[in-house]
Amino acid sequence: MASSKGLKKVLLMGKSGSGKTSMRSIIFANFLAKPTMRLGPTLHVDHDNVKFLGNLVLNLWDCGGQDAFMEAFFNSERSQTFSGVHVLIYVFDVDSHEHKKDMDQFVSCLQSINELSPEARVFCLIHKMDLIKNEDDRNKLLEERTEELAKIANPRKLTVFRTSIWDETLYKAWSEIVYQLVPNVSLLQEKLAKLCKLCGADEVVLFEKATFLVISHAITSEHQDQHRFEKISNIIKHYKLTCGKTQARFRSMEVKNSTFAALVDVFTSNTYIMVVMTNPRIQCAAVRQNVQFARSYFEQIIKSKQHA
Amino acid sequence: NATGEQSLGSDGRSRLLMLGAKRSGKTSIIQVVFQKMSPHETLFLDPTAGLEITDVSNSAFVQLQILDFPGGYDFSDGKLRPEVVFKHDAAIVFVIDQQDGQEDLAAVEHFLDVARLAHMVNPKLSIDVLIHKVEIDSDSYHDDLNERVRHIRQVIIEQLREEQLDIHPTFHLTSIYDHTIFEAFSRIVQKRVPQTSQLEKILSGLVENSRVEKAYVFDVISKIYIATDNSDLDHFYELCSDAIDVVIDVSRIYSVSKDSKGASGEGGSIFPYDSKSGVVIRMENNYVLHLREVDSFLALVCFMRNDPQINQGLLEYNFDSFKKAVAEVKARSIASLRSGGT
Ligand SMILES: Nc1nc2c(ncn2[C@@H]2O[C@H](COP(=O)(O)OP(=O)(O)OP(=O)(O)O)[C@@H](O)[C@H]2O)c(=O)[nH]1
Ligand SMILES: Nc1nc2c(ncn2[C@@H]2O[C@H](COP(=O)(O)OP(=O)(O)O)[C@@H](O)[C@H]2O)c(=O)[nH]1
Ligand SMILES: [Mg+2]
Repeated sequence: MASSKGLKKVLLMGKSGSGKTSMRSIIFANFLAKPTMRLGPTLHVDHDNVKFLGNLVLNLWDCGGQDAFMEAFFNSERSQTFSGVHVLIYVFDVDSHEHKKDMDQFVSCLQSINELSPEARVFCLIHKMDLIKNEDDRNKLLEERTEELAKIANPRKLTVFRTSIWDETLYKAWSEIVYQLVPNVSLLQEKLAKLCKLCGADEVVLFEKATFLVISHAITSEHQDQHRFEKISNIIKHYKLTCGKTQARFRSMEVKNSTFAALVDVFTSNTYIMVVMTNPRIQCAAVRQNVQFARSYFEQIIKSKQHA
Repeated sequence: NATGEQSLGSDGRSRLLMLGAKRSGKTSIIQVVFQKMSPHETLFLDPTAGLEITDVSNSAFVQLQILDFPGGYDFSDGKLRPEVVFKHDAAIVFVIDQQDGQEDLAAVEHFLDVARLAHMVNPKLSIDVLIHKVEIDSDSYHDDLNERVRHIRQVIIEQLREEQLDIHPTFHLTSIYDHTIFEAFSRIVQKRVPQTSQLEKILSGLVENSRVEKAYVFDVISKIYIATDNSDLDHFYELCSDAIDVVIDVSRIYSVSKDSKGASGEGGSIFPYDSKSGVVIRMENNYVLHLREVDSFLALVCFMRNDPQINQGLLEYNFDSFKKAVAEVKARSIASLRSGGT
């Protein structure tokens, strides 16, 4: 697929009030979850170009979900909306009372995408999961929806996530989505693994600087918590927002107790790095040195225009 | 009901009585501040049917019993006698939902009833009023909100004056969605912590003798601060209190539990805070925040200029002396408790 200068068109669709603008504001515009309650409905389309990792531009189309707009997207504005799409993100509100209608609209959307951007990746977000009280019920619902959506889309493949603006699931989903767009991912991964070993660290994680989305990681020992990186994103982003309120600007942090030490610091011009250590013999200062030396090398990998 | 008068402690802990109308937010506040519930989860809370008691004994200095009353509790029902409930070691935290939409100020009437009754039993009783659900960042209807808050406060003060009651409640504007509830509870709890003034002196000493600009001692479990230095700089407060979240949340993920190596994470029952717990956060403008353990579940959090002239050794020395001073305060208060008890 020909993409001009790393410009990636990302369509955000789903019915009105499903939470599209909220999540976009939290991920890309440094909003907190709470103020999203004040957002009004999106009219027609909100276009937004967000820089990501320096040389990538996400061309976000936040499509208003009111019926009249949807109608237009599927008919009169069909070709301009659905052509040249790299990623389609379709948002379902768990609290919706119009299941049938939601599915019908999704089917129309898929038809247009299949025809006009057959290579686009499709992600479905089952959103506002926090409104379901019980974790078991949440998982059950996700399973049901995944099956239903896969059936509808067949033979096209799609990925389904459960999300809520109130927890790390939002970061999980968006990290995996943008991961598809990062150039040189496999090379990055390989070098990160080397750095991790060199430092004697348990894990090393690379975050995109502005969004704190996870773009790559390397581990040397297993960890039970599958959502830990997204939790870290969430923790740091919250702290950065607090800093912003007092005109302080966050730069780095070191957290420890008697069993571990974690270091988060600016890495390349567009990334942050986290190094986690549980081996008490390893000195933070030595790790800082290694990270310092690796900087310019990683800068090159990330900057290079060649796409993997 | 199991929780009757007999469970009201006489163990030296001070009691906070959470009173107010139904759905004013009492249970939510207790859950958010003392049980780490996240604010939006309070939407699922059920109304409180009978008196519920939460014992708080985290750090050495924060020893409380919190009584969650059913909304609009009527003391004339005879189950809980005012002379027992309001006796000397109690304090009232009265919650008024600022957005309850009731023009007739029923909540204020209710407050006055409780205040009169409590005053009769115990004229020295301290009363804090939380004008609650005031979300500072919701800029909509700001003028309306200010007006409502002002009105509630004014009606209460005027009425108390008119009745010539010697009651002087402290007002706080709070929301569980931001730091205001923690700040209000810090002030409320400080009144009940006898060691606060000693800790304040030590903190002020630290600020005078080093490059520290603002310092707090926090109870890490509740995020309540029990003392700060005597400067009135308060714009570092959120940075400092949020550093508690950072150390706890990150440690909860990466702490390796000692007995079963590798089995960290979910279990989550052990609080991941120990004698080596600490955070260093650096800012672009050459400021740095330090968080250090000073006693079990207590943290020193301070904000300082990052001066390369100052060597690490001196900093460590200052922190160590601070820790020792706090240990002395603790030892003294235990000793005086013993001698007072016999
Ligand atoms: N917007 C907002 N809502 C709040 C706040 N605090 C509590 N609430 C909401 O108020 C509702 C009632 O909260 P509860 O804590 O159950 O109230 P309560 O005073 O314990 O009620 P009773 O037990 O019936 O007396 C819940 O839906 C909370 O989510 C706040 O600071 N802001
Ligand atoms: N409970 C809950 N509410 C959400 C979540 N995401 C968004 N909302 C709320 O849903 C409402 C509509 O969101 P908005 O982003 O404007 O929807 P859009 O029309 O799809 O752009 C707002 O009041 C949000 O606060 C979520 O994960 N959980
Ligand atoms: Mg209640």
